[in-house]
Parts: sequence; structure tokens; C-alpha cells
Amino acid sequence: MKHTLSILVENHAGVLSRVAGLFARRGFNIESLAVGTTADPAVSCITIVADDRENVMEQLGKQLNKLIDVIKLRDFAPEEVISRELALVKINASARTRGEISELAALAGGKICDITRNSVTVEFCDTTERVENFLTLCRPYGLKGVVRTGTIAMEKGSGQLSVEEESGNGKKSEKD
Amino acid sequence: MKVSEAMVRCLEEEEVTVLFGYPGAAICPFYEALALSPIRHILVRTEQNAGHAASGYARMSGKCGVCVATSGPGATNLISGIASAYMDSIPLVVITGQVDSHLLGRDVFQEVDTTGMVEPFIKHSYLLKNPADTCRVFKEAFYLAQSGRPGPVLIDVPVDVQQRETRFAYPERAAIRSYKPSSMGHIGQIRRAAEAIRHADRPLLVAGGGVFASGAGTVLKTFLEKTGMPAVHTMMGIGALPFEYPLRLGMIGVFGAEAANLALNRADLLVLAGTRVGDRSIPAPELLARDKKVIHIDIDPAEIGKNIPADIPVVGDLRLILEQLCGELEGPELNPLTDWKREALHYKKTVLLKLPSRDRPDPRAVLKALCSRMEPGGVLSADVGQNQIWAADSFEVPGGRFLTSGGMGTMGCAVPTALGARVACPDRQVVAVCGDGSFQMSMMELATMRQHNVAVKLVVFRNNRLGMVAEFQREHGKETAVCLDGSPDFVRLADAYGIPARRLSRPEEIPVALDAMFRTEGTFLLEVETDPEEPTLPPLSGAF
Repeated sequence: MKHTLSILVENHAGVLSRVAGLFARRGFNIESLAVGTTADPAVSCITIVADDRENVMEQLGKQLNKLIDVIKLRDFAPEEVISRELALVKINASARTRGEISELAALAGGKICDITRNSVTVEFCDTTERVENFLTLCRPYGLKGVVRTGTIAMEKGSGQLSVEEESGNGKKSEKD
Repeated sequence: MKVSEAMVRCLEEEEVTVLFGYPGAAICPFYEALALSPIRHILVRTEQNAGHAASGYARMSGKCGVCVATSGPGATNLISGIASAYMDSIPLVVITGQVDSHLLGRDVFQEVDTTGMVEPFIKHSYLLKNPADTCRVFKEAFYLAQSGRPGPVLIDVPVDVQQRETRFAYPERAAIRSYKPSSMGHIGQIRRAAEAIRHADRPLLVAGGGVFASGAGTVLKTFLEKTGMPAVHTMMGIGALPFEYPLRLGMIGVFGAEAANLALNRADLLVLAGTRVGDRSIPAPELLARDKKVIHIDIDPAEIGKNIPADIPVVGDLRLILEQLCGELEGPELNPLTDWKREALHYKKTVLLKLPSRDRPDPRAVLKALCSRMEPGGVLSADVGQNQIWAADSFEVPGGRFLTSGGMGTMGCAVPTALGARVACPDRQVVAVCGDGSFQMSMMELATMRQHNVAVKLVVFRNNRLGMVAEFQREHGKETAVCLDGSPDFVRLADAYGIPARRLSRPEEIPVALDAMFRTEGTFLLEVETDPEEPTLPPLSGAF
């Protein structure tokens, strides 16, 4: 099953390598990873998407919680979160196809952010699935380059992952 | 004051009285400041042994062990010591020098990414770049190393930072918002555990190294007397059970006692007390747990369900949890477990076949005779290999401690660990047991013992083989690369260090040789000639 991990960490040097190291140690591939600061600049949020084929996510979650720099962690199922990623897509375009591509981008909800004589660059922000879909549609024109941010995710509804302590429970995965 | 001076002041604030280390250019400012402090510095002969010695010290003093090395090769040499401490949950604070902070990442002389390199086997690490962080970082490091599940914490300090100025203000306490180890067990889980104990027909307690880490020895005795359940232990838990307890069945595991393993298989409830159930102690935990209830008490939530499925996990400090459990078990009389106790006592009578008599002394006989001569509370530091198993199976010393590298199985650990242990408790007898392989990984520390006047009795089993590897190879094919020809005469080697020594070559000399060793004041080396065919485990009688 696909898991989306939201990990609140201290905004220190070396934290990302500690987190990523726990995945590497198990030969566990990370599908996507995104890091950025939260409302509190001392705290960063790492979002990791991974496919748990070997059923190790629970153990991995506990090991992540053991890292001193990890403040809090949530392991979300895909349907529990709003998720987005941003892709910059540079597409081959001639005078003949430019109109078509522009129409396609507009229909899909993308935004053209750069045009040259032989290319169009589209900024596309949506779920991973829709990004993939957009890339498939663009492929026949020839993709010159694709850069993606990796997924970021936020819990649906009014709940929010925050560093504030719930009483007495210590640092524990809220799920168990 | 200089950061280097502040570092030493921090150690003094933490009541550190001794540290084990090896200087080098990148840690020199610290050493300069250390020379003005009453803290005793023990110069080991290679950095790895600073780690082991600090571990031995930590385990016997109940305090945090501290070791120091320089950047680059100093730090890389140290890492087996750090990894061993991590695997055995030993509190260490490791201080390493680092190259000038402006040169970090430029591959300058003796530079290595120390914090990066130790990452997978350290509780936490710091690269101290800002002088103002010195006191906070030291306070946190000592707190982290000793609280929760203990473990090593490293502080890497660039040499230019050591020379900069800072203001000394040692914080009262460490405040780490993301780290709040639990101490008391969850009351609901305690109740469930007590209920399971009340209803069990064949409960069995499995004691691990956590008994020592949490200081649970006394309450464990109360718990066992109250419940009357038979008890076994892991290798890390040797000496954890009350010595006089009649239902103490010995060590479980691949190299464990038959009685302990039989009881483990027969039990219907396992009370795992401060053990992570390593593969050497329970090789097939899922299989074993299938027909039993498992209560798993551990301070590290990540250990619950990692190796063995747990029906009733109780996270927290073992001592407090056992106290809570004892309280919960007050009231109605507990199941007297009459049949189960009788069965357990019956297992205890398992006899080992006598090996065909050999020309060489039987190492188990040597170790049994050794233990019977040790003072109560004596410490035996066992190395890794056949000698470890022989020692583990023979260790019987009232109130004694058995120290070894249980998780990592780091060869060469026994001598430096014994050294550190003796420094921690100069009133207790300390014996190191090695093979000729492991001794040759650590014999440079004979000089340290001489220099710092640390008295340790050394027993070296000499079979001219890497015995355990050879045995493994014989089972799976043929011996290769295990012959230790070219090894020195250890008696003469000891003599070169000015350490009295003798050789034990014939079974009938065992008492005389051991008496000579214990009669001699100070360090003594006993070389025991051992049959190269000597097996790790004696064959069983097959009585069960």
C-alpha cells in the first residue's frame, strides 16, 4: 500500500540525511520526498511517499520516531490527505503545434510559463495521478524535460499536524 | 572562557571523573584544558578500545562512559566501540575533534564526516559549530545518553571552535521537545499483564540486559518471589536473576542451557523483561510465540513487535513497571504453579555428556574452577568466539557481572572492557577471558594496564585457531584461513610488559594455576592450552 508520511522535524543540518538513512538501510526506495519549513521557521515538514511492499512501514515509523530530531510523525493512507505536486514540463513545440499544446495545457489546468521558438514550458500543479496523466498527453509532442517537486500533503478537514503536545503521551505516532 | 575549557567544565558539571581517549591535532585544545582538570585521563593504545573501555566503565559504574578521539582516523577507529555500545544500549558520550570549521568538506588532512559516518548506530550526534551552543549540547548529550533506552551520543568539535571564546552557563536541565522517554507503564497495559500472569499455567520470565540498565534487580527478585514463576535470561541478562532463586534455569538461545530452552518452549506465557529478543536468544520468535501469550516490557517502543509479536506491550522503565506489576498482583492468592515448577526443576537436572578426556584442560572446567574462586560480585568480561560461550555457560558468581559484546559480537572487546570495568570499581575482582584470536586484537592494552595501574586477571585460551569460525567451517565444508600460526608466546609477551604470567597445559594443573593467578597481586595473564577440536557446546545427554 502507498503511504504518505508527514514528518515534522527540527530545522537543523543533517536531519534529512538521518531520515533518508533509515529508508536506505532497509533498501527501501522513496517514491517522492519534499521538504519545506512550516509556519514555525524552526520546524520543517518532510513529506515522503513510499510503497510499503514489504510491510515494514510500522517499524520504520517507530524508528523515525526514535530520531531525536523528529518531533512528530503521521502515516496517512492516500484517501486521508489532500496532496499536490508541482511539475515543470518543457515540451517540443513548433509554430504548428504551439496552439494545440497551449489548448491542452489550459484544458488540463496548467499554466504556460515560458515560450521559445521550439519549446513551451508548462507549470502544472495537481495530484500525482493528474500530473502523470498530463505528462502522458504531452508525450506525443516530445518532452524536452520534466522536473517535479515531489508530493506535499495535508490532512483533510480541520485537523492539523502540529508540534503542540497532546497530554502526557510523549512523542508517539498518533496512529498507535 | 575558551570552548575547550568549557567542554572540560561541562564534564566536571556532569561529575565525570575519568575518560578514555587518544589525542591528536584536532582535539589538542581540549586536551590542553583537560590537563588542568582533576579528571583522570586513561590513554588507551588504539581508539576502538577507548570505546570499549568507556562501555565497561559505564556498565559497572552506572554512570555515563566518556571517550575522546581526534578527527579522521581517530574517529574511524572508534566506530566499532560506538556501534558495540549502541547494540548493547550502553550510555556513552563520545567527543571527537574535527578539522577547522572553515575547511569542512574540503578533504583536508585527517578529515572525515564523523557525524555522518556514525549515523546508523548512534543515538544522536552533534557537530558543534557555534561556541554559544557548547553547554546546551553537552547537557543534552549526557541527558540523551543516559535516559530512555541508553546509548552513545557523539559531539564533534572543530578545532577552531575549541579555541573560540564562549560564556559558560551550564543549564539545569536539558529541554528537548521531541524527546520524552516514557517511564511508568500504561496502567491499562499493567492491568492486562497482571491478568495474564494470574491466568497463566506456565508463565516464564525472560530477563535481558534491561534489568541492569534500569536497575531493576531488587524489584525483579520481589516479582519472582511473588509470582513464583521460573526464570531464564539472555546473554546480556547473565547475572540479572537473583542468584539464590531456585527456578533460575539459565541462559536461553542458540548457545543456551537445555533447561532454559525447554522451559521457553513449554511456557504458555512469556514475560519479556528488558530484552529485544535478538536472533541469538530466540532464533524463530514467530514460531515460538504462536502458542503463547507474550508480555513485552521494554523502554523502546520500536522494540515492541520488531522481533517477536507481542500480545501485551508495556512501554517504559522496567524497574517502575515491575513495581507497578507487583502492586497490581497484590490481593487474591496467585496460582501456585505446582506442576510447572516441578517440571522446571526437572529440566534443571539436564546432564551434559562428559567429553572424552583430552590431554589439554577442558575450557569449561577451567572457567567453572575460575568462577568458584572469584569473589562474590566479581566481574567477568568475555570476548567473542568460543570463549564467550564457554564463559557464558560457566559463569556462576553470586552478585557477579558478566560483560560481553552481546549484540555486535565485537572481537577484542574483553580486555578493554575489563580495563574500564576495573577503573569503575577498583574494589571488585575483574577477569577478562579471551581466545588467542580476540586477545591479539586487544593485547596492546596490556601497556595501558601497566601505565595506569589497572589490575585485571587475563585468561587466554590458546588453540591456535579462530575456533568458532573453524567449527562453523567444519560443519559446512572445510577449514580455511583460521589458523593462527605465528602467534607469540603469550607468557613471554606478558613478561615483556612486566606482567606476571604462566601457562596451563594439563588438566590436573587447573587448581594450582588458578590459585597462582588469584594469589598474585595485580594484573596476571594465564595462557590456557586448549584442544583445537574442542567444541563450543558439549553434546547433550538426550535425556529429554
